[in-house]
Amino acid sequence: MSRIAQTFARLQQQQRTALMPYLMIGFPRRESTLALVPALEKAGADLFELGIPFSDPLADGATIQRAGQQALTNGVNLSFCLETVAALRQHGVQAPLLGMGYYNPLVRYGVEQVCADLAAAGGDGWIVPDVPPEEAHELHHACQRYGLDMIMFVAPTTPNERIAEIAQLASGFLYCVALTGVTGQRDTLWPGLGDFLQRVRQHTDLPLVVGFGISRAEHVAEVGTMADGAIVGSALIHQLEQLPPEAEVAGSVAFVRGLQ
Amino acid sequence: MVQPLPGSIDAGRFGPYGGRYVPETLFSTIAELETAFAAIRYDPTFWDELHYLQRTYTGRPTPVTFAARLTAACGGARIYLKREDLAHTGAHKINNALGQGLLAKRMRKRRVIAETGAGQHGVATATVCALLGLQSVIYMGTDDMERQKPNVFRMQLLGAEVCPVNSGSRTLKDAINEAMRDWVTHPDSYYLLGSALGPHPYPTMVREFQRVIGCEAREQMLEATGNLPDAVVACVGGGSNAIGIFHAFLNDPNVALVGVEAGGRGDALGEHAARFRGAHPGVLQGTYSYVLQDDNGQIALTHSISAGLDYASVGPEHAWLHDSGRARYTAASDAEALDAFRQLSLLEGIIPALESAHAVAEAMKLARAMQPSQSLLINLSGRGDKDIFTVAEHLGQSGITP
Repeated sequence: MSRIAQTFARLQQQQRTALMPYLMIGFPRRESTLALVPALEKAGADLFELGIPFSDPLADGATIQRAGQQALTNGVNLSFCLETVAALRQHGVQAPLLGMGYYNPLVRYGVEQVCADLAAAGGDGWIVPDVPPEEAHELHHACQRYGLDMIMFVAPTTPNERIAEIAQLASGFLYCVALTGVTGQRDTLWPGLGDFLQRVRQHTDLPLVVGFGISRAEHVAEVGTMADGAIVGSALIHQLEQLPPEAEVAGSVAFVRGLQ
Repeated sequence: MVQPLPGSIDAGRFGPYGGRYVPETLFSTIAELETAFAAIRYDPTFWDELHYLQRTYTGRPTPVTFAARLTAACGGARIYLKREDLAHTGAHKINNALGQGLLAKRMRKRRVIAETGAGQHGVATATVCALLGLQSVIYMGTDDMERQKPNVFRMQLLGAEVCPVNSGSRTLKDAINEAMRDWVTHPDSYYLLGSALGPHPYPTMVREFQRVIGCEAREQMLEATGNLPDAVVACVGGGSNAIGIFHAFLNDPNVALVGVEAGGRGDALGEHAARFRGAHPGVLQGTYSYVLQDDNGQIALTHSISAGLDYASVGPEHAWLHDSGRARYTAASDAEALDAFRQLSLLEGIIPALESAHAVAEAMKLARAMQPSQSLLINLSGRGDKDIFTVAEHLGQSGITP
């Protein structure tokens, strides 16, 4: 059983919704991630989505675009991201760590190699938004070979029969895109979210984790009534943008506590 | 009349290149587009409507002109020009915009999104949307808006909303990112992609709408010279004008196909947009092709004097034609393109687009090395009115009076 599956099994027993913060590796400062992840784990985060910066993140809104640009300016590359994952494990982080990145840096590094190296670093899987199941052959095989979960997306635009196909290929959990759009903070949840998640639920027993636009405690609570987990990305990045360096950890901890 | 090709490349792959690397939210939208394109691809009522507009609106067929004075100046092969600059809106882009516009209309779409680099595709899209009564939203990098001001104004006159894109290199690549973000947010809109790139079915669909260039030119060359040309030369940004003229000659092994990329102002990464000089295969904006990138897989900045060639990747079919050896790819520098721009203006009374001037530059070199009994066909993909300010600035800088 993978670390991700174990985490969801435990949360289910505890009847808790998984809280998965998204952090851009090397943002706001190059070393920030090493302090943020352990602190947020203590503050109640259950899994982490760790962004790997890319020059052309076409599924992301302005906030995560800015964070990625800053991380690139800070000299972050894929090797640094893998080193960060390894360092987090050395620091005793227990929560599942998922790499979230666009496909080209993985292709350039070598899909097989990057899966081997992520697994060796103690990472648990990949979230790659520009690899739909039709193009997932190589990544999927490499993930299986190295015991990583390949997280697949379903969106409100995904037809039922396709949800079933995607669920068969996926492991760990299904990433349910909460709206038609790019990442970014929203004031309210999409009104169709409940129906969409019910539709997804009919086709899979995998945990359903909702991301895109989840910005506040009431969003997280509402998602908790419909799904197994919530991802908070842009809202957390936005907090980090506002915080002075010395308050990064304390401010993020307070924000993540406030979401629960 | 152009007949559709048999569907040999329906899987969206050209050798290893191509594919559909898009977020899940867009996948069903792309699948819907693929189905709609498949439905019209062999539907004579669609092509009748398109041919009617090509003839009565675009002004097709565009002529082939013998460039007598340019030929004499080069002293080699006879040089012919396929005059896409004479198509309505001044470039080949209208061929694709008209085809996709009709398709959008058949799909009952009301809102059309497009990106533009040089502004030619934006103008063509705005034009077709005006003609067909569709709303158009055009994304354009702010650097490109600066260097192609006349086209920004033209798009606005035609009723388009021009959205400035200030991210990344503020050029074509960034405009495509923003257009795709709009599309993810409004999957009911029609994305009218302007070149033979992006996810399947775009590379195939755009080629099918641009194939008319080569089909006409092949007949026209046979008529004018009794023979096929010995070489066909076209500039390659995304590669739609090149694939459009190359395709009719793919099965003519004696016709050399030469694609000309932007050599920019140097060989270092960031100074050019010559993907076949030092790019690595990778995934950008939905397709697997050659991509200019650094060692970490970050997309490189590019430079070209010509906005329409200033792009980090290239259409996947060109990647395959390159690897298979059927087409040869080379580059012309900014300086060479400027020189060719002046030569064609002075010798033929034709002001070419800076994009097309890259093809002219390479063709002049080639012609000199060829025999007077041979002939060479340039795809003159667009006219240069949009570029006069850029050219004036550069000629001013280098102390030349135009």
